Amino acid sequence: MPVKKILIDNKSLVALLLLMAAVSLYSPSFLSVDNLLNILRQTSINAIIALGITYVILTAGIDLSVGSVLALCGAVCASLLAADTPLVLALLVTLSVGGLLGAANGVVISLFGVQPFIATLVGMTMLRGVTLVFTDGRPVSTGDFEVAEAFYQMGGGYFVGIPIPILLAAGVFLIGWLILNRTAFGRYVYAIGGNEQVTRIAGINVRRVKIIVYALSGVMAALAGMILTARLESAQPTAGLGYELDAIAAVVLGGTSLMGGRGTLIGTLIGALIIGVLNNALNLMDVSSYYQQIAKGAVILLAVVVDSRVKSKA
Amino acid sequence: MSDLLQLEAVSKSFSAVTVLDRVSFSLKQGSVLALAGENGAGKSTLMKIITGLYSCDGGQVLYRGQPVSFTSPRQAMDAGIAIIHQELNLLPNLTVSENIFLGREIRNRWGLLQSAQMEQATAKLLRDLKQDIEPDRLVTSLSLAQQQMVEIAKSLSLDAEVIIMDEPTDALSDVETQVLFEVVLSLKKQGKGLIFISHRLDEIFELCDQLAILRDGQMVHVGPTDEIDEAQLIRHMVGRELSERYPYAAVPRGELCLRVEELSAPGVDKISFEAYAGEVIGFSGLIGAGRTELARVLYGLVPQTSGRVEIKGQDVRLKSPEEGVAAGIGYVSEDRKGEGLIQMHSLKHNMTLGTLRRFATRSGFLDQRRERQEVGRFVELFSIRAKGQEMSVEQMSGGNQQKVSLAKSLMAEPGILILDEPTRGVDVGAKREIYALIQSLKEQGLCILLMSSDLPEVLGISDRVMVLSRGCLSASFSRDEADQEKIMCAAVA
Repeated sequence: MPVKKILIDNKSLVALLLLMAAVSLYSPSFLSVDNLLNILRQTSINAIIALGITYVILTAGIDLSVGSVLALCGAVCASLLAADTPLVLALLVTLSVGGLLGAANGVVISLFGVQPFIATLVGMTMLRGVTLVFTDGRPVSTGDFEVAEAFYQMGGGYFVGIPIPILLAAGVFLIGWLILNRTAFGRYVYAIGGNEQVTRIAGINVRRVKIIVYALSGVMAALAGMILTARLESAQPTAGLGYELDAIAAVVLGGTSLMGGRGTLIGTLIGALIIGVLNNALNLMDVSSYYQQIAKGAVILLAVVVDSRVKSKA
Repeated sequence: MSDLLQLEAVSKSFSAVTVLDRVSFSLKQGSVLALAGENGAGKSTLMKIITGLYSCDGGQVLYRGQPVSFTSPRQAMDAGIAIIHQELNLLPNLTVSENIFLGREIRNRWGLLQSAQMEQATAKLLRDLKQDIEPDRLVTSLSLAQQQMVEIAKSLSLDAEVIIMDEPTDALSDVETQVLFEVVLSLKKQGKGLIFISHRLDEIFELCDQLAILRDGQMVHVGPTDEIDEAQLIRHMVGRELSERYPYAAVPRGELCLRVEELSAPGVDKISFEAYAGEVIGFSGLIGAGRTELARVLYGLVPQTSGRVEIKGQDVRLKSPEEGVAAGIGYVSEDRKGEGLIQMHSLKHNMTLGTLRRFATRSGFLDQRRERQEVGRFVELFSIRAKGQEMSVEQMSGGNQQKVSLAKSLMAEPGILILDEPTRGVDVGAKREIYALIQSLKEQGLCILLMSSDLPEVLGISDRVMVLSRGCLSASFSRDEADQEKIMCAAVA
């Protein structure tokens, strides 16, 4: 049955559309342009982090350190701006810091053979500590220079009526998709998750690919950190707590296998949107934030269980 | 002798594709039945029905005269039907004895495991198989052949009445195979019934009393083994006449490709030889003699500890497969699943994995049209049977997978090709195609190193034969000098 097959092949999308339909019945304001743009803007940070994590998970790895990388990079960026650093330089330095931190994860994993879970758990803990030391546990102001005002556009600005964070997320997804699907590097990412030994024997420098993949995840966390800092107009030392789990949830909801080798970025985007719509819906329904976490967890569990049942029947 | 196991008109379809069509045969007490057929003929499905992994759509299975329909392999095992799988089903991180007693551990009355008792029993089983393996070793540290012997020990420990062996000798060398044969004969004397599945036709004739041949899901022949010869057997299996089994023609020897001097590495002890363009060198020897180890050192997968390697006059010291490929070496691993192909990925993605960089345009993006054309060319050249280039490798037969593996290595246009067990788990028809391919590569001037435990194959297609024994090169023969006996003598030296 072709219809059934189309539904199963696009089950993340079907789930998203069903969810949106249900919420719009409950709250007509849900489908307003303002609210939808709001959802997209709120989703963009999680989506950007999830993009990096998708690459990592495709290699059969995991990156738990993204929340801490986000906080540290946000603080670095804020301090640079407070010192009146030119905007482009501040952005590049911050992205590089994120890339280097991610690459450090990659080195620990691929050169020292530490399990990705452990390596990035250590990274998560240590970098949070570094952030607290660096900020002395206090929010970092972006200062009063003009450059800070320009920087705020990254979080709160609009371009042709669309919030800039959405455009940034769309841009990195386009580039991320092209690299993953249209370059040799992207194939290697899938291949390593499919079977690392086969990939190595085929003559591919697996270590280098992995280090780049973790570096990319760090760069994405840094970008997300800057957007968050720009939005809040200051960097919080506790920013990004628990973000890694939302990002991993988005990847999993998008149908990417945690065993590696299988998955798509479009799936991740849809997964991130499901989480975004869910957050928005729970807010519209006035559910207390304590219950929101329970509800979110339940929906993710339901999605994964349904997914594995559909898979085992197919 | 009475019938132990009878199949009556067993049929099975998967989503409208008939895999077994009214298959009947019977297995008597104290006999060995060979089940022959090409890959995809339905042998594995048939065994899965007998052992309760699948249920049949039509017909019935009688065990000791009673109709049975097991719903799990566990049930079949408890009733006395054991199977030794072609794919090893051992848990790598458990010890040998833990694997053998998995699910039926010996416990004391407090529920604690009696490890010593289980290890003693394991040691005895392995001794019977003439295997020198400590029961407390982790399975992951064993060679493929040793793992196969553990698998055999495990099924013997079940004390089953019917034992099914699905290509048990594929990973074994001749000496281990002989041990296994002795075990089979003693089981037969004890009145057990054995079903033996093998691609090695000589083994079928040596070991089996009865022969059942499947082709495309139908039983095309059942009868005593001594009423049929090899040519007839092949004709029944493939449904067509195959000319001589090994295509071989000498070609003029080309330039010196590879000079190895006193090369040492773990498992390889001071090996020296030279190899030329346009020749096939067959490396024979027992399991663990160092063939795979030699292949891996030459490719750069394992670093050499001492000695010299010269490729086309250049001194090389390879430290990674990456460097091996760059030095013009192609390598096809003996372990297709673990090292050769990414099972879940497509034919196309597997085939071009090592050569993607040549399909990249200046902008860094892949020229997918050119990639598809090139893959298509190889699919046609090697007559790979697949439903399109996007078909995942795990759905393909062993022979076709092996051809994809070969194509993957050849895409890089290597000057030296190392093939480790290139026909393992491959059916007769595909085997011949692979031999013909090796011959034509040789004619194109490749230097081919063939590591194989299949002696007739080594003798059939090699220009020279080198024999390894305990990591050393123990003898070297020209094609004319080499025969089975001399090679075996050198192998056990």
